[in-house]
Amino acid sequence: MGFGGYFSFNRFLAVISKEFVQMRRDRVTFAMMIGIPILQMIIFGFAINSDPKHLPTVVLAGDHSVFSRTIIAAMQNSDYFKVISTAATEEEAAMLVETGQVQFVLTIPEQFSRHLIRGENPSLLLTADATDPAATSNALSAFRIVAERALARDLDGPLSHLRRGSPPVDVIIHPRFNPEGITQYNIVPGLMGVVLTMTLVIITALAITRERERGTMENLLSTPVKPFEVMIGKIIPYIIVGYVQMGVILLASYFLFKVPIIGNLFLLLGVSLLFIAANLGVGLTFSTLARNQLQAVQMAFFFFLPSILLSGFMFPFRGMPVWAQHIGEILPLTHYLRIVRGIILKGNTFDQILPNLWPITLFLVISLTIGLKRYRSTLD
Amino acid sequence: MADASPVIAVRNLTKSFSGKTVVNKLSLQINPGEIYGFLGPNGSGKTTFIRMLSGLLRPDSGSGTCLGFDILRESGKIKPLIGYMAQRFSLYEDLSVRENLNFMARIYRINNMRRTVDETVERMGLSRFANQLAGTLSGGWKQRLALSACLLHRPRLLLLDEPTAGVDPKARRDFWDDIYSLAAEGVTSLISTHYMDEAERCHRLAYLAYGDLLVSGTADEVVSRSGLKTRAVSGANLHLLSPELKPLAGVEQVVPFGSTLHVSGHDEELLDQSLNSLKNGKYTWQKIDANLEEVFISLMQEREGG
Ligand SMILES: Nc1ncnc2c1ncn2[C@@H]1O[C@H](COP(=O)(O)OP(=O)(O)O)[C@@H](O)[C@H]1O
Ligand SMILES: [Mg+2]
Repeated sequence: MGFGGYFSFNRFLAVISKEFVQMRRDRVTFAMMIGIPILQMIIFGFAINSDPKHLPTVVLAGDHSVFSRTIIAAMQNSDYFKVISTAATEEEAAMLVETGQVQFVLTIPEQFSRHLIRGENPSLLLTADATDPAATSNALSAFRIVAERALARDLDGPLSHLRRGSPPVDVIIHPRFNPEGITQYNIVPGLMGVVLTMTLVIITALAITRERERGTMENLLSTPVKPFEVMIGKIIPYIIVGYVQMGVILLASYFLFKVPIIGNLFLLLGVSLLFIAANLGVGLTFSTLARNQLQAVQMAFFFFLPSILLSGFMFPFRGMPVWAQHIGEILPLTHYLRIVRGIILKGNTFDQILPNLWPITLFLVISLTIGLKRYRSTLD
Repeated sequence: MADASPVIAVRNLTKSFSGKTVVNKLSLQINPGEIYGFLGPNGSGKTTFIRMLSGLLRPDSGSGTCLGFDILRESGKIKPLIGYMAQRFSLYEDLSVRENLNFMARIYRINNMRRTVDETVERMGLSRFANQLAGTLSGGWKQRLALSACLLHRPRLLLLDEPTAGVDPKARRDFWDDIYSLAAEGVTSLISTHYMDEAERCHRLAYLAYGDLLVSGTADEVVSRSGLKTRAVSGANLHLLSPELKPLAGVEQVVPFGSTLHVSGHDEELLDQSLNSLKNGKYTWQKIDANLEEVFISLMQEREGG
């Protein structure tokens, strides 16, 4: 037997039933234990798609022939592309790529059909936002085949001789922002948002819960100190922590991963304040909901999981089904990632990041309001 | 002292938690400079009552003032004037003694923070521990630190919730010395305790049982109002006598007290009649005053009896 005495089955049962009772009493832990696996199942099972389809595309058509229309129609049918406009100007198209509203720009040169019929092998230019290589690679390789097959059908009768020999068009692919398709360029700046989300939400979620759990809240509440003072007093130190984390990641990006930093760093540091505050707001709200520190950590993870999986950090945003994209659009990390990548890799200006700035601001206002409303200045 | 309006005056204060009444229509007045004792078994609502006074809990009904301010609407004005010491040590265990005091001094926005803290550390005998983490102090010193922390801003009212629980006699004596000198300066104290010797040190006291205020007044008043009569028995082999006494008519309590047994009951005639049968020369009997503990236990027995 050994092991210091005998095994008592009844004692064993007593422990098990006690654990169950405690588990049932602790509703949040229970909900989390159920919720996290479900969440993971949903996310990994349905939401993740490394073969993104329906990527928004604009067409700069310098030629309105039947061949152009055939190519555009074939792109649509391939499922990889979703042509949202065929009437943009060059500047508009450039802007749409820079702000991340479209993934591709297809340029059909003037006189395209004429050159094609004459067998002069005209070129088709497909410009891609290659910030996230995973999002574009499949679509890019599909495009060449799509275009050639589409034209092959049109080139019959007297033109059928053009189908023989070399391909009738010369497809030129121009990946912008991350031309070598280096995954780190995409991941490392993104990591900044992920690390800030993870640590700041957890730390602040613990901040007030810890006071309650250790009984120090009772002393604090009996003094003249105001809720807002406590909240802000707890937030500021962590904002500083957040900036230190950013600094470390930026230095590592630049020196270790050689990520080209094109945009304005001060703009990035400035708008990051909103993102940091939004996360702290979430943490504070959790800390007013949680009854102990364990619950606070669990809630933080409950927020962190969709943030990391649905924000476009781990998987291309456009590869997710629409419902998952809708959830992603709510999360501050989604917008922050676009801002960080936009500024660092594309040199975005303030105007260009604005569409992603106001959702973070809205989130911040809502989370801080809930946090402050829920902060109880009494013990009941 | 002539026109001294009460420091605490509450009427019908009631608080319940999920349907269970914890403080039941409690009315109480405490005067300036008074040391007021708060007694009663665990779970009687002492802590809840003190928390309502200090603005930590909102009463369900009733009204009252604390230092002239309404406890329901003006807790913001009350808080800077009171010193509250929670039942559980509620300073930061991971801060040093001095850091804790500095923190509290800042919260109360004390001028000359450094000097005030230095003086307090000195006066309360905390110098040795000034840089020690509060979590590593012994119970007695933690209590002393907590008291120091709530004296920094020179409050006019101290609300002390079981401040001496688990503290050694010397530290308790020091604590009471402090409370007395503060009272002499006009500081009022409301102190909850389980110790009878401390109850007797209070100017006045109240006894709470499961939300109800059973009795209040000076220690003497409480004893005489209870109408409890007590006899002390001494002699050899008292432990043999005790089981014989308990079933007798008129005997409500038999309590060993040092080398004597205290036998008490409300009906003096019946008590003496019953005891006569045992007066056979082996024991010495003596008429004494009931003590507070006997009174409180008898109050609880009456309450439970119906
Ligand atoms: N925050 C609370 N929520 C629910 N019940 C409480 C709460 N605080 C106290 N109680 C209950 O109220 C009763 C009185 O508690 P308390 O005021 O702490 O008594 P005492 O200090 O006299 O021991 C106890 O039964 C306790 O369980
Ligand atoms: Mg208590």
